[in-house]
Parts: sequence; C-alpha cells; structure tokens
Amino acid sequence: MSATATNGAKHVGQALRRKEDPRMITGRGRYIDDISVPGTLWMALVRSPEAHARITSIDTSGAAARDDVVAVFTADDLAGDFAGPMPMVWAPPGVEIKTPENWPLKRGEVKCVGDPVAVVVGTDRYSVSDAAEQVLVEYESLPVVVDPEKALEDGAPLVWEQFGTNRTHEFKLAGGDIDAALAEADVVIEQRLVNHRTAGAAMEPRGVLVDPHADNFTVYSSTQIPHIARFVLSLVVGIPEDRLRIIAPDVGGGFGSKLQVYGEEALVLALARRLGRPVKWIESRSENMIAAHHGRDQINYVTLGAKRDGTLTGCRARIIADLGAYQLLLTPFIPELGFPVMGGCYKFPAIDLAFEGVFTNKFCTDAIRGAGRPEATYWIELAMDKLAAALEMDPLELRRKNFVGKDEFPYTTPLGISYDSGDYDGTLDRLLERFDLDAFRREQAELRERGVHRGVGFSTWVEVCGLAPSRAVGPQGVGLQAAFWESAKVRVHPTGTATVFTGTSPHGQGLDTSFAQIAADRLGIDPQQVEVIHGDTDQGPWGWDTYGSRSLAVGGEAVARAAEKVQDKAKRICAALLEAAPEDVELVDGKYQVRGSPDKFKTLAEISGAAHIPPQELPTDIELGLEETHIYDPENFVFPFGAHACVVDVDAETGKVVVVRYVAVDDCGPAINPMLIDGQIHGGIAHAIGQALYEQVVYDSEGQLVTGTFVDYALPTAAELPSFETDRTVTPSPVNSLGVKGIGEAGTIAATPAVTAAVLDALAPLGVEWVDMPLTPRRVWEAIQSAKGGVAA
Amino acid sequence: MSTLVSVRVRVNGEEYELEVEPRLLLVHALRDKLGLTGTHVGCDTSNCGACTVHLNGRAVKSCTVLAVQADGAEITTIEGMAHGGELHPLQEAFWNDHGLQCGYCTPGMIMAAAGLLADNPNPTEEEVRHGLEGNLCRCTGYHNIVRAVLDAAKVKGASIPATASEQEGVTA
Repeated sequence: MSATATNGAKHVGQALRRKEDPRMITGRGRYIDDISVPGTLWMALVRSPEAHARITSIDTSGAAARDDVVAVFTADDLAGDFAGPMPMVWAPPGVEIKTPENWPLKRGEVKCVGDPVAVVVGTDRYSVSDAAEQVLVEYESLPVVVDPEKALEDGAPLVWEQFGTNRTHEFKLAGGDIDAALAEADVVIEQRLVNHRTAGAAMEPRGVLVDPHADNFTVYSSTQIPHIARFVLSLVVGIPEDRLRIIAPDVGGGFGSKLQVYGEEALVLALARRLGRPVKWIESRSENMIAAHHGRDQINYVTLGAKRDGTLTGCRARIIADLGAYQLLLTPFIPELGFPVMGGCYKFPAIDLAFEGVFTNKFCTDAIRGAGRPEATYWIELAMDKLAAALEMDPLELRRKNFVGKDEFPYTTPLGISYDSGDYDGTLDRLLERFDLDAFRREQAELRERGVHRGVGFSTWVEVCGLAPSRAVGPQGVGLQAAFWESAKVRVHPTGTATVFTGTSPHGQGLDTSFAQIAADRLGIDPQQVEVIHGDTDQGPWGWDTYGSRSLAVGGEAVARAAEKVQDKAKRICAALLEAAPEDVELVDGKYQVRGSPDKFKTLAEISGAAHIPPQELPTDIELGLEETHIYDPENFVFPFGAHACVVDVDAETGKVVVVRYVAVDDCGPAINPMLIDGQIHGGIAHAIGQALYEQVVYDSEGQLVTGTFVDYALPTAAELPSFETDRTVTPSPVNSLGVKGIGEAGTIAATPAVTAAVLDALAPLGVEWVDMPLTPRRVWEAIQSAKGGVAA
Repeated sequence: MSTLVSVRVRVNGEEYELEVEPRLLLVHALRDKLGLTGTHVGCDTSNCGACTVHLNGRAVKSCTVLAVQADGAEITTIEGMAHGGELHPLQEAFWNDHGLQCGYCTPGMIMAAAGLLADNPNPTEEEVRHGLEGNLCRCTGYHNIVRAVLDAAKVKGASIPATASEQEGVTA
C-alpha cells in the first residue's frame, strides 16, 4: 500500500512550529545536568598531560584524605569491575583491523593527552575537581608521533609496540579497470588534499548520571544512541540488558560526537554499582575538546582522468586516515563510510580506492556530522575543478557532461552501489536561476579592477544516508556488527489521542514534530494530539537511534507504516460499527467515512473508544485495543543531492576571507516539514564553513592539544556568517513510501569544497592554485606571498 | 571548603538568601541552589554565552560572575521572561522562526538578544549578528536566530525591562 496515495497529506508538508520548543524557550528543557537524584556523588577524572608515557606511580593519598572525597580509584582498583574493554564494531570480512584493548581507565601507559588514569568520587561538583588535582601521577615520557604520514614511515615511534606498525588496517575497493582508464585518458590530474581534524563541539558537553536501585540501573546520558549504549554498557560493565535502562533526556546537540559509547559512561555505571549510590559526571568544555572524539583528519591523494572532450575515465584515491590512539566504536570505519559516493554525481567507468588507517598519539577520530562523506565530497569536487582547469573547460560544463542523467536511475556505480533517484541537472539549473553566474562574472571583473578579490565556488554533491539495509551494512555485508532497521509503535488512547514511540533518538532534529505530522495524517487527528516518545530504552520497542541522516528515511517510514496498520484496523472497527464493508471505509479529513456516504462516519476517538470498551456490535474476531508496531528495514540507502554556490571576498593584504553570499539548492524528496529542512541545511552549511575557514583541532609536535577551549577552537559566530539562501527541488526516493531522504548532514557534506573553490577563484588572478583548509588569514596570506614568488611559504 | 558567605538576590521577582562558597559561580548558584536550570553551561572560558542572564538590567555571562558579586542584585533568567502565560516576544519569535534546534544555547541566546534590543530596539541584520557574537550556536547556523531577533524587534515590549519590578508593571 502506498502511504501517499491513501492519505490526503494535510499535515505533512506544512511548516508546523515545533512541538519541542515551548519547554526549551522557557528554560524548562531537561538536559543531563538538570537532572538531580538525592544523594548523588560527583565523579572527576585525572587525565594524562602526557601524549605518550609510562605511568611510573600514582599517589592518590592526598585526594583520598579529603573529607569531601568518598573514593579514589586507579585502573588496578577497578580491574574486576569491567567484563570487557570498550568495543570497536567494524569487522570487515577478510580484513584485519589492529585494535588495542581500550579500558575506561588506562593502566601502564598513556597514549594521548587526556587519557584518564584515575577517578575521584566525592560529594560535590567543585571539590572533586580540586581532589583530582591532588592525585599525583608520575610519568616517564615515550616518543610521540602526531603526523599520520610520518607515523607510516619506517622507524617512526610506535603508538602500540605490540603491533610493530602504526598502520591499523588497509581496505581496498575497486570497480572497473583503473589502470586502463587512466591510460586511455587524455588528461590526468593529481592532487593532495587535507581534510583536517575538527571537533563536534555540541553546545552541551557530555554527561552521565547513573541511579542504582538494587540490581537495576537507570543511566541518564547525553547520548545520540541510548539503545546501542545499553547493549554496549551491558557487555562492558557486565550488567544484563534487562537491568539497564538508558535515558537520553533533552540532548544539547550531538553532531556525531555523542554517537559513541564512551569509557566515561562505563565508569560512572561501574562506580554507581560499586558504591551503591547515584554518581554523576558532567564534563567541562576542555575535557570535551580533549576526550570527546574528533572527526575528519584524512589526507587524500586523488587522481582523475578524462578524455579531451571531458568524458571522465577514472577516479583513484588513496586515503590516509589519522585514527588517533585507540579504536572507538566506529573509528576505522568512518573514512570508508564515504565510499559509496566516492565518484560523486559523476559517471566514472572505473573507481579505485585504497584506505589506510594510522595510529597517532592523539585522541580518536570517529563520526562527526557527515562522517566520511564531507571528506569525499571535498576531494571529488575540488579535483573536478582542477580537472576542468586542465581541460580548459568550464567546471560546471564538465560536471553536467558527466552527471548521472535524470533518466539513468537507479544508477549502479562501478563499486556496485545503487543510487536511488536524482536530478543533478535540475538542482544545478535551479541554482543558476537563483545565482546569475554571468552577472557575477561581470561584477567580479569590475571588482578586480578595484582590487577587490571576489570569487565563487560550486559544489554539486550527492550523499549516501539513511543507514539502512541491515544485510548490506551488517556482519556479512560491510561488516558492522550491528543492524540498522528501525522501529515505531503507534498507540491510540481510548479518547483518541496517540503516542508514537520511535527507536530513533533525536537531539535537535525536530522529530517530535515531523513524526507527529506523519502519524497525524495517517490516523486522522491533529499533530498536537500526537506525542512522540524517544530516548528511553524502557519505553517503546528496541531501535537503532539517530545518526547518519537515518531518522526520517528509516525511523519516519517505520512511523508511517505503523500508523497505517492502525489506520487499517480503525477502518475495520469503523466498518463494523457502521455496518459497512471495511474496504468501503475511507479516511477523509479526520473522518473515517463510508465511501459515497460522507455523513456516515466515525472519528478516531469514537473508534478507539470502541476498540478499548467494545460495544456489542463489535465482532469478537477483532483484537481489542488500538496499537501497532512496525519494524522497517529498508532495501537500500537513500541519496540526497544538490548544488551549492559560495561567494567570498578575500582581503589580499591580510588573507582574511569573508563569505558574502551562500546559495543552496538541495533535494531530499518531499518535505515533511520544510521549515525543519531549511534549519538542517543552515546548520550544516555553517558547520562546513567553520571547517573550511576557522575550525581546526591542533596538536603540537609533542602531542599537546593546542585548541583545548573555545578560545582556541574557533567556532563561527553570527558575525562571521551571512544569511543563507535556500531552495529545493523534489525528486522522491523510490526506497520508502514517504519518498524522503535524509538532510541532517547535507549542508556539511556539500559546503567545504564550495567555500574553498570560491577562495581559489578569488585568488586565481594572483596565481594561487591551492590552499589547504582551514583557510585562515595566515594560510591564505602565505599562499598569496608564495604565488608572488615571495618567501612566506 | 571555605567559609560560607551570605548573599541576597532577587531572581525573577523573588527574594532569596543564599549561603555560598565565595568561589561559587552565579550560574551554579542559579542552577544548583535555586533550581533554575534553564541557564546552561557550555564552556569554561566565557565564549559560548549559554549562561547569559540579566544582572541589574544588563546581559551578563553568569559563569563569569561570582554569586557573591551578585549580592543585592536583581537577576532575570530565562524562566522569568514569560509573564502571565504570555511568552516574551523573543520567545515567541524563536518559536515561530525555528530559531532553535537542540535548544541548549537558546536561553542564553534569548537573554543576550533581549540585552541587545534593550540597547538597540531597531537593529539591522548586521547589528544583530555583531550583537550576538558572544553567543555560540552549533545547530542553526544563526540564520533563524537572527531572523527571530529581527522579527521580535518589530513587536512592542521586545526589549526586556531592566528589572523584574518594572516587568510586573508592564504585564499588570
């Protein structure tokens, strides 16, 4: 049954104000640090100031002697409190991934600054911080390696002696004959690109509160993944899942940084069990910068080949990924997550990819908004620009010549990935309707006359998202030891209002609202009558949480299907009450009415009343109650796409870049709530502009984190950004009945190459051919000086 | 632990007398002593502005003020912005314009915006952007926050009165 065909979309498609907002705008949100339990103890960690060192002694006596300290523990003290190390869950068939044991507290050696070596538990927030400083740890420094390419050289210091190498794994994927493809090319370009390390920097730092009651534990955590956390914490701490309840309260942003099960979560749980008291840990921002996983950090060597007329022949990339010191949940998999779209929206006959992971003495990388796909888009799009320059072709013309055509979907890439639907010319056409390129070039030329360096950059992007097909991504597929279906339960109450339970776990995406819109249309009630419950493993069916732009395309579809099951049953009950055939009952504008007799109808409230308190005329073969569950496992990913243009001004004297205009045309299928889509796009673009121009996690050569606070880690403020111009085209996905594709990461995936290309376009008259991100004034100025033949670079 | 100090504050129109450690930050006094958890902490360095409140009519970052410094002060937090079931025009505008996603920066953003509008009731977009540069948001790209502040500025009463007693005068 097609959902869209049987439901007049009344609420879907509307820019409904969010149901989440009233509590948040009045200060009545409930984030992790807002929750208190009587008798709670506070936890603070003693973290290593050394990037690589042997722990020679730990003296906890000073801290332990304090009146306000309840206990101090080292790894040895807690050796029996853990059933296993923190897991990494990617096991691709036939590939060995070097994975050191990763325990919540470190024993023997530390491998990066911030490694926790002891934990203090005490009676209040301030005193445990003081006490942690009184734990005296002596270290014997070991050689440090921070540069991933140097880490691969012979003789480099080893992060993990036992492996004999810093190379964590190699992973190769190929489709088509790349050697032949590049041999037959008339033009081949090569480029080294750096996707530097960034931070998730959610405004709310991480936090955990564990409330023990007898042998049961309620874990409140600022997490994107309460269900996965229960599974992992059960294994690590050795508590059966039925005794663990994980609650993600209001979560103040994640951006992937809370798509993790952290050692700190396991520690708080283990301490609450050991001490028999509630224990709370709220990290500081500097802890967040040093010990919440980072993202990106790849070096990409890219080769593209094309015939003289611009027809692409092949794409080869070698990807070196700096994974840091340990393997967290998905650490080695994140670079590879981009592979389905390595090739972009273009018809490459041959694609050849080689990934290498590298240990360094830095904290781990893992998923940060986009996770592998921003990196891929960055190198594909900029390499396409470089290829166009080598071919002396217009870069947009080169793109159009090689776009997968609107009529060529589903399109199977050389790597065997099936793009579901697309209209790449359509988004680019729309973009150029909004952005007059000829007028811009005239303006640019005039400005150049006056010494103003203005440039434009484009990105025509495609994304893979909606994690998704369990068998393709799971143990026998890509090798994740997990699955990615999603659940929904729709419960209609006796008075006709409804509660939707979703297995996703939103943290700003607005799913309380969009899921209510989806359910409301299918139930025949108002979205205000639909409550959406998420983020509590004791409520609703198991689910796989929120990341990878999956919540709507997978979780929302599950809601639609569960609500349709309810609708089907409501029709059967209605038919019995009205003495009509079930197939003659239709849902029109909130009324379950008999086709052709619109005055004969029942409302959902009347039907639900009958379902809960059955009248005599209700046949006994109709199961009572009005509640349905659906588990949805998609048959494919979804592939949103779009075309972006960024305009920048560069001050050639100082190297400062200002984004003066940003136009984005995106396609994520039909809108459930267009206002929420725009919001996701805005935030994604800002995140990417942050990466392109300002943000960078920097470690010095000794492995010290230089950017440990928001003083040094430069998030963009309102003053650095323009208002964004957004538009959409609508190309439904055939994968789900809603036709939707994810949009949460799109802006982040699309925007970095557009910004960089704009800077390169602005500086082309000065002879600048390349600048690596972040395009800080110093780097840009140095590139200008270098192009002038100066000595700066 | 050091000697406790007595502090009297008037918060959202109500008088409180607190016994605090001299080093206690105002934000923790509001959150942990008064249960006003709408004011958030997002950094250690006064960069993020999630903790912005009004102290004697001025927007301040309450992580940068000691509770003892607030002795005798009149404080307004996000919880004090709506009156008699009526949202403040900024709250209404943030809701209408989708000016929040995760909501964590929102209370500080609204309080900072109220301070901005008190100083400049009819700001331009650029003035709003510069006026809010002490407040970080990771979700919205600021687009809809800026729009919300500009929309709120069109509404009478959007610039918050300096004190709660004046607020009562407005709503009476």
